[in-house]
Amino acid sequence: MPIICSSCEQKRAMLKRPKTGHSLCKECFFSAFEEEVHQTIVSARLFNSGETVGIGASGGKDSTVLAHVMKVLNQRYDYGLNLLLLSVDEGITGYRDDSLETVKRNQQQYDLPLKIVSYEELYGWTMDAIVKQVGLKNNCTFCGVFRRQALDRGALMLKVDKICTGHNADDIAETVLMNVLRGDIARLRRCTAISTASEGEGVVPRCKPLKYAYEKEIVLYAYFKKLDYFSTECIYSPNAYRGYARAFLKDLEAVRPSAIIDVIHSGENLSVREGVRMPVQGNCTRCGYISSQALCKSCVLLEGLNRGLPRLGIGKHNRLRGKILAQEPLTQEEERKLKAVDF
Amino acid sequence: MAAPIALHLEFGGGAELLFGGVKDHQVTLPSQSQPWDMKRLLVWIRANMLKERPELFVQGHTVRPGILVLINDADWELMGELTYELQDQDNVVFISTLHGG
Ligand SMILES: [Zn+2]
Ligand SMILES: [Zn+2]
Repeated sequence: MPIICSSCEQKRAMLKRPKTGHSLCKECFFSAFEEEVHQTIVSARLFNSGETVGIGASGGKDSTVLAHVMKVLNQRYDYGLNLLLLSVDEGITGYRDDSLETVKRNQQQYDLPLKIVSYEELYGWTMDAIVKQVGLKNNCTFCGVFRRQALDRGALMLKVDKICTGHNADDIAETVLMNVLRGDIARLRRCTAISTASEGEGVVPRCKPLKYAYEKEIVLYAYFKKLDYFSTECIYSPNAYRGYARAFLKDLEAVRPSAIIDVIHSGENLSVREGVRMPVQGNCTRCGYISSQALCKSCVLLEGLNRGLPRLGIGKHNRLRGKILAQEPLTQEEERKLKAVDF
Repeated sequence: MAAPIALHLEFGGGAELLFGGVKDHQVTLPSQSQPWDMKRLLVWIRANMLKERPELFVQGHTVRPGILVLINDADWELMGELTYELQDQDNVVFISTLHGG
């Protein structure tokens, strides 16, 4: 006996919503999903008419659904936004080049301009070349730090007012959990925010229109709409830590369906005792990007790569950063430590 | 005796990596005394199709949390999940949500 859609009470229900438990047909699901994203955008006042908004596009399911829904809502509700796709080419053969092909098809399908910024043009290093030097242990540190800045630089080149990214409820819950486990109080406070104002020169405000959208719904939206997306794990990154957090949350969710939203609420409601020292944000003395140190993480990592000392930006080498800033030579012992690569 | 049934199985969202990278599979389940339901299908997939790391696909008697299942395009949560009795020519899709987006 097919179950009938609880909304239109006519068509056959095709999915059970994790958020509400409602059984909906495809059409009612599409409109419920799109309406909720619209409500999120409106109630958090994420955009203003006339703005140019860069959609961070990786070719994956989240950013593909985001691009599609933003395009639909911008037309349906007359947001008056000038949308474009912004992609980062990390330079990973067989992974990013394939996913970028997907983004290029999305550009055609959604008729949106596309800008691709590459690590190679920004930093002079592809991830393939970085992995050759640093091995497979710390490569994700490089990739993550470089990507954040790359999106901002791409956005500045295009005079974008805001960047929106495809982070969904599951991603945010994972990040809350990871920041708790790492004791990173500054990031814990920031990671649940639906939007961030510009934190300084060179940093473009960001927002997450899919913050309350569940992964299951994003995947089913893409599947039912037959959206064209790319889903292969990065060849360099099993991203073990996030993988464990994700699997743990999925196990929790199987027992208690509200686990994802509960974790997000926990993150939102944590308050930091007065007197807890938070890092003071300033600007990198070399590239001007936002940084709580004299040299931003990206510049330290780059310096390490360029000097053949890849471990420079990894772990605690704060004392050495000072030396590098002052362009003092390192001792042989210091050089030896920073060269050691553990594969 | 239940007659053999032919199914179309599809793995996506990264789940295909556990099946030699192949997304689409036409399979025929042999005739057996009890009817084929989803629970028995998962046992059969594990024994006959999984190429590596079976724990990333099945956990206990069911699929690992984070893998979505669609039967003839409908969420299996509406179809009785493990108890759904498979019919000849059914289309079953497994989509992993555990991979990056
Ligand atoms: Zn309906
Ligand atoms: Zn810098």
